[in-house]
Parts: sequence; C-alpha cells; structure tokens
Amino acid sequence: MSQGEIKNQHRERYAFQLRIIAAALFVLSLFTLLFGRFFWLQAVQHDKYMTLAEQNRISLVPIPPSRGIIRDKNGVILAHNFSAYTLEITPSKQANLDETIERLSSIVEITAKDKRRFKKLREETKDFETLPIRTRLSDEEVARFAANSYRFPGVEIKARLFRHYPLGEIASHLIGYIGRINGKDLEQLDEDGVLANYRGTDHLGKIGIEQSYERQLHGKTGFEEVEIDSGGRAVRTLRRTPPIPGSDLTLSVDIKLQQVVEDLFDKRRGSLVAIDPRTGGLLAMVSKPGFDPNLFVDGIDPLSWNELNTSPDKPLLNRAIRGEYPPGSTFKPFMAMAALEGDFPLTRQTISDPGYFMYGNNKFRDSHAGGYGSMSFDRSIIVSSDTYFYQLAVQMGIDNIAKFMKTLDFGSPTGVDLNGERAGILPSPEWKKKRFKTPATQKWYSGETVSIGIGQGYNSYTPIQMAHATATLANRGVMFRPHAVNKIIDPITGIVTMVEPQPVRTMAWKNENTERVIRGMAGVIREGTGARTFAGANYIAAGKTGTAQVYSLKGSKYNKNISERLRDHSWFIVFAPVDKPTIALAVIVENGGFGAQAAAPIARQALDFYLNGKLPTPPKTSGAASSASNATTEEIVGD
Amino acid sequence: MIKHLWTRFIRPIDSWLLLFTCLVLLLSTVLLFSASNRDMDMIINKVTFMGIALTVMWLVANTSQQTLIRLAVPAYIVGLLLLIAVALFGDISHGARRWLHIGVTKIQPSELMKLALPMMLAWYFHHFEISIRWKHYLFASLLIIVPVGLIMKQPDLGTSLLIASSGFYVLFFAGLSWKFIGLMGAAGGGLAYVVMHWNSCVQILHEYQCRRVATMLDPMQDPLGAGYHIIQGTIAIGSGGIFGKGWLNGTQTHLDFIPERTTDFIFAVFGEEFGLLGNAILLVLYLLLIGRGLVIANNASTLFGRLLAGAITLTFFTYAFVNMGMVSGILPVVGVPLPLVSYGGTSMVSLLTGFGLLMSVQGDRKLMKS
Repeated sequence: MSQGEIKNQHRERYAFQLRIIAAALFVLSLFTLLFGRFFWLQAVQHDKYMTLAEQNRISLVPIPPSRGIIRDKNGVILAHNFSAYTLEITPSKQANLDETIERLSSIVEITAKDKRRFKKLREETKDFETLPIRTRLSDEEVARFAANSYRFPGVEIKARLFRHYPLGEIASHLIGYIGRINGKDLEQLDEDGVLANYRGTDHLGKIGIEQSYERQLHGKTGFEEVEIDSGGRAVRTLRRTPPIPGSDLTLSVDIKLQQVVEDLFDKRRGSLVAIDPRTGGLLAMVSKPGFDPNLFVDGIDPLSWNELNTSPDKPLLNRAIRGEYPPGSTFKPFMAMAALEGDFPLTRQTISDPGYFMYGNNKFRDSHAGGYGSMSFDRSIIVSSDTYFYQLAVQMGIDNIAKFMKTLDFGSPTGVDLNGERAGILPSPEWKKKRFKTPATQKWYSGETVSIGIGQGYNSYTPIQMAHATATLANRGVMFRPHAVNKIIDPITGIVTMVEPQPVRTMAWKNENTERVIRGMAGVIREGTGARTFAGANYIAAGKTGTAQVYSLKGSKYNKNISERLRDHSWFIVFAPVDKPTIALAVIVENGGFGAQAAAPIARQALDFYLNGKLPTPPKTSGAASSASNATTEEIVGD
Repeated sequence: MIKHLWTRFIRPIDSWLLLFTCLVLLLSTVLLFSASNRDMDMIINKVTFMGIALTVMWLVANTSQQTLIRLAVPAYIVGLLLLIAVALFGDISHGARRWLHIGVTKIQPSELMKLALPMMLAWYFHHFEISIRWKHYLFASLLIIVPVGLIMKQPDLGTSLLIASSGFYVLFFAGLSWKFIGLMGAAGGGLAYVVMHWNSCVQILHEYQCRRVATMLDPMQDPLGAGYHIIQGTIAIGSGGIFGKGWLNGTQTHLDFIPERTTDFIFAVFGEEFGLLGNAILLVLYLLLIGRGLVIANNASTLFGRLLAGAITLTFFTYAFVNMGMVSGILPVVGVPLPLVSYGGTSMVSLLTGFGLLMSVQGDRKLMKS
C-alpha cells in the first residue's frame, strides 16, 4: 500500500466517522422529538387523555323509573302499570322495512291496525329510534320469536312497563293519558331543564292529570355505570344508582260518583263538575263523550284518531274546563248576590211584571209569557224572572256586575290543577275594547247590559267556573282553589303529602245577604223550577236551573222539531245539604233543552248517590225529549 | 477442540448487540401477554419465531463478509424479479398486491428487498471504492428507484419509503455531498407540503394514502374511520401518564379500543401500561442498539461493511421512529411495525437477519485483528 493510498484511506475513514456522528445526531434529535411528544401527551396533557379514556370506558345506561299510580279517593285504581313484552323494530337497521314486517307477521300476529299505528309512529320519530310493532305479546309469541330472532337483525323483544287505564272511558278527560315523547315535548323538556331525567323514558303525560302532575308521576331516572368495550358491549357494572319511582296520586274524585254521572249522560253531550265546597276538591269531573285513553299509550292508529278528531261530538274536548257556554239563568243567583252586596234599591222593591221589559225602544221578552203581574227580589230567584233581572242589570250597570263577578273567578281560570283551562268571557266595556277592532264594535251599548242580567249576551263560562262559583256561594263566600289531586304519596318512604285546601279569597259578603240568596235557591228546589225533579229528596238542596240559547228564536214559538243541535243547552247548578254543604255541582247537557228538563235530573241522581249512596233508578224513557212534553208550565217558567 | 468449535461459532456473536436485542425481545414478550389478552398461543408462536430468528441471526453472523459480498448482486436480482412477478401475478389482499404464491406458501418479496437493496448498494460502492464519481450516485439512485417504484405501485407506501430510506442511507454513508442532501431535504419538504394538501396530494398518491395524511393532520375529521386509530392510540398513550396504568391494567387495551394492538399499534399498549417511564426505557434500549450498530459500522474494516452496517442501523432506527411517531400522532399511519416488539414472525426474522449482518461485519474485524 502506497503512502498516498494510506493517507487517502485515512481521509476516507475520517469522512465516514463524520457521517457516523451526523447520523448519531440525527437519531438523537429525532428521538428527543419523540420523547418530547410523549412528555406532552403523558405528563402535560395526561388529565385530558385520562378523561377521554374514562369516557371511552364508562357508559351511563339510564334506568327509567316506574310511573306513579293514580287512585280515586277510595283507592280505586284509575291508572297503573303492568309489565309486558313488545316486539320492537329499529327502522334504520332495516334494509327493507315492509319486507321485515311481512316476514315477522308469519311468526307473530301483526294486524292491519298494528301496521297503521306503526306507520304513524314512524312519521313522528327519527329512524334510529326503536319502535314497537306489536305490544303485549303472549308467552308463546315471545318464544316463537326468540327461536327465529337470528333472522331479524334490528328487531328485538323488550320487557316494558305499560300504562293501563282499567276503567277505560270513565274520567278519561280528567285522568288523561300518556303518549310517546315527540319533538315538541323534547323541546319543552329541554326548556324546563329536565331533559336528562327523561333519558330512557319514551312516554309522558299528554293531557289531564297525567300531564299536569307529570313531574310527580314520572320519578327520577336511575343510572347504571357500565364498563363497555369498543363494540359498546357491557363488560361489567361499576355502579348503580337506582331509579326513584314516581309518586302515587290519590284524587279527591269519587270514581263511583263519576261513573254514575257518566252513565246518566249516556250518549248525550255535556259536562258535570262536582266540588266539595269545604276544600275545593273535585268530586267528579265529567265531560261527555269521552274516549278510551288506552288507545293513546303506544301511539293511536290513524283510523281511531280520525274518528275521535273529526267527530262532531268532539270527544277529545274536555268540556269541563274548555267548553264555554252562556250560563243562562244559573247566573241569576250571582246577580242577586251582587245586587244585595251593592245594596241596590230594586232589591227592596216589588216591580210590575207584564212579561217583558222595555229598554228604550227595545222590548226584552220574558220566557214566562204574560208575566206574573208583580215580582219581588226573593220570588224572582224562585221563578227565575227575566223581567226582574233585566231591570236589576240596568240598575246595577255593567261595571258593577263585572267587578263583582270577577271576584267569583268568572272570566278568569279557576286555577284547577289541570292544564288548558279556559277563562270564559266576563263581559265588560274593557273586555269589549280588547275583543273588537273597530271603534263602533268596541263601544259598550247600555242595551247590552240588559241580557247580561239573565246570563245571556256575551256571558260565556266553563262548567268548572259555574261549579266553582256555586261552591263558593255554598261555602258562604269562602273560595277554595279547585283541585283533583288530594294526596301525593312517595312509594318508597310512604310519606304522604296532602294537597291542602287552598283558600283563594274570602268574600266580604254580609251573612244575611248570602243566606237570602241561598234561601231563594232552596226555594227553586222546594217550589220553583227544580221542584218536580227534587220531589221526595231527603235532604235540602239549593239550586238553580238555566237555559243557554244556542239559536235565537227571534220571537217565534219554541218548536220541538227544531234541529237537535240547535236546541238550547240545559244547565243546572246545585249544592246540598243547604246548611252544611258537602257537594256543589254544575251540570250542562248540550242541546238538552230547558234546565229542568235534562240537567236537573242528572244533578238530582248525582246528589242522591253522593249523599245517600242511592244508585239511580233506570230511566223509564230514554232521551230528554219525552220528558219535556210532560213538564208543566210552572216548572219551566223563566228558562 | 471444543474450545476451537466454541470460538468458531460463538465468537462472531456481538455480545452487546445480543444483550440489547434480548432485552427488547423479553420486554416485547411481556408486553404481548397483555396486548393479546393473555393469549398463550400467540406467546408460544412469538417465542418460536424468536428462536428461529435468533438462529438465522447466528447463521448470518457466521457468514463471512466475502460470502456476503458475493451474495449481494444475486440477492438483489432475485428480489427485483420477484417484485416484477408480484406486479404481474401477485395476490390481492386488502386492496393491495403484495403477496406472491410460491408452491405451498406465500412470500412478500418486499421483505427480501429490505436487506437486498442496501447489500447491493454497499457492494456497488465497495466495488468502485477508489473512484466514486457523481455518475455512481446516479446509477445507485436508479438501483433504488426501480424496486421502490415497484413496491409503491403495489401500493405499499410505508415499505417503499422505508426501502428508499435504506438505500439513501448507503448513499449518505458513501459520501453523498451535503449540498445534494440539502437539496433532497428541500425537495422532501416540498413533497411533504404537496402531500399535506388534499388537491395536490391526489395528483401523485392514491386517495386512501392522501386520506391518511389528511387524517393525521386532523384526526377528528373522521373519528370513526381512519382517525379512529390515531385518536385511540393517542388517548391510550396520554392516559398512561408518567408511570402507566400498570401491566395488564390498560383500559384502552383490554376493552378493545386500540385497533391492531398486538401489531402496528402495540406501542399504544406499552405507553398506556408503562407510561412515560416505560417509553423512556424503550427509547434508551433502541438508542443502545442503534449506538452499537453505529460503532460496528465505524469499526468495520471494509467499505462494504461500513456502508451495510450503517444503513441497516439507520433503517432500524427509521422503523422505530416511524412506528412510534405514527402511534403517538406525529406521523401519518403507515403499516410499519415497531421493530422487535410488534407481533409478526417475518418482520422479526428479517430484522434479526439484519443484526446478523451487523455481527458478520463486526466478526470479520475481530478475525482480522486476531
């Protein structure tokens, strides 16, 4: 090897060594970079990734609570839950939904009704939700599906609690029903800040007590913390927070009374609200016709829905709190009360009664043609003299009437513990101003005051408002807020929360005035328009008949052949026993004719049942028309 | 006589390299037990392959450099022919044509090329040692581009880049000018820039490859698809903290959140269960292996030995860096196993064959000395 070659080799070795050092530095710097990255992830951001790992690992599975049971005052179950199997489909997991349903129907019976119901549910929900195609499967059907379940991905059997209303149509409006939570419900729940409590829950109360006591009935959703793997399968349970079941409700309603009244209504339309005047507790709240709330629980099928929704009888309307009717002569006791309290001269006078009242050039006719010749304050209630109350109204003036009636909650909701109550219309110049648009229609004409006196004109109230006012009168001016729920019972601790009677206000009525009006109402029962209906009662009641005009006769004679739906509504308000009233009620029978004709007999039988436990005798003739022809002139006077 | 045999067969084994290798292999076996959810079959399989690979390493270590020099060209040519065969008749699995059926078994010719290319290049520069000119680098580049191009077409971006880098390392140690390296670095930067932008990326790469890059830049774009690997891997490492969750206690691992947790993503398991401390230990073990490899290269008596040892060492480093980088979310997900740790016999055999080559280079020097 030459010297040069050796030198060359040395230079080469040196250059190579430099490259080795460069490579080592390269390796070191990149490993330092890696270590920096590890440090960043594992030391600096450790908490963040720890949380993420825990979130990965732990899943909260909601356990829905069981819904509270609703009972009447005697413990009769009105709404409860039972466990049953449902067959549920997740539409998003189906390639061909119709085909899947078709195949399913060869294993489990699926009726056309089920299919329609399912179709409607689908329209209302998102595809990834699991929807029931069949409910209440028999054990055999469950077994048959289980054996074939591998053929149906995305179809499963679930054990679920079902809401059931054992009495069906009875008190359907009052109890209400639950239905599947829809988009609007979700928004509302979110707004109320309780959405989290509804995880895992499919249903909530839609109307009635089911709706207004939703918070108490629902309970608190429990959670199970489960460790899951990446496939979402639960590996083990880490922690379990059991759900707290919803509270049970005991109503003040006597369901037997309710049932008796509903039977009395039979096919007729109308409403009855009975209140315990001492507490404001509802004893019965009837709205006819009703519906079967069980239809709604798992989605109503479109056919039944259309039938209910389009029926001219409006079975879905809760007439007791949403039906507004002119009160007719049942308004007179309150007018009388207002007049006495205002100490108007007419209450101390006897007027001449020619059978009509002239106001300006207008002639206001009395329904008792020809009149009684003369009429006193006390007599006017008993015979329901229109002429007297026309004059009384004019003397009092609309402002005095409106001011007094407002204290009885006419024209404002009674505050009953049900949602959707309507306020009715208490006519006054202020109301007219708000109601109408043009100055001409906004003006209050004094002639309009005249018919207000006999409960006609713009007057329009709900049955519960009438019952509420009657109860206040019965309770001698002490008004309680009407309520349907009496006790809220915690199902675990058994602690009972009583819904205390809530006095709304106490009227500053003179005792003698109250008793004078009540005497007049007792006279109605004893010798007046209600005498025939209440003949032979072993208790003393105080009441008033009423007839609400549906169609103005314009001076022509009342004609029995007039279309049924244009006939007058029949009203009756009553309370008993007169000295210490335990029940006050208002009844309206739509198109029932005179107050004494249709409404009063229902009231009589309801009182007989409530006070004596006497079941109504089956009616000799059905319908109202036949009894009307027997009514004497004396009985139907003034209505 | 026995002493002579002992010297003959054991002497070529580099004890440092063997020690560090065994430490990593021991660690990887412990880790696999956890990563596989205590699957004894996999452990047995791995230990068996360890035996095979160590035997191959010992055999290669006992091969003289002269034999290696003679084998370099044929190995390269066979490798190239097999790659062409794959391109023409290869099996398609997972959308890529990487496997070739030979009688009863399937082989992946790119594995062979991982060692054949640096050997070929080392031989080439060794052959023209006296008069290396720029044209030699040019021809060497051609030797690199042909197989790399074939593998890229399979498509297997990860392997092709690793093989290209192993070729480049030979050029680097052979004295490729710094200017040119700087130029290549700039070009590489430019390429990275192009690849990082979707519209320009799809012009030169497969769409799924571009998606991997895009996903690495923002894993949340596709959290259930391609981003899932990165997100879950990062969560596993990050949640490990300083000391880790402990062996067999990784929740990400044992609840199946880490995909491919015994193979490409085994490092996520390691990071989760052994923490920053464990990662540091692994980095140190790798550094010791690489350091020993560089020392061997430095001490090699021939240019062939120097170039081959240097390239094999840096390629080993590249494997480790790319795998840990991708699992910890700083490099795109390419199918590169963590050297000596990931489950997989072929990879282990080819890595230990590489170490056998290192030992052969080192052993040769020892013989010369004595």
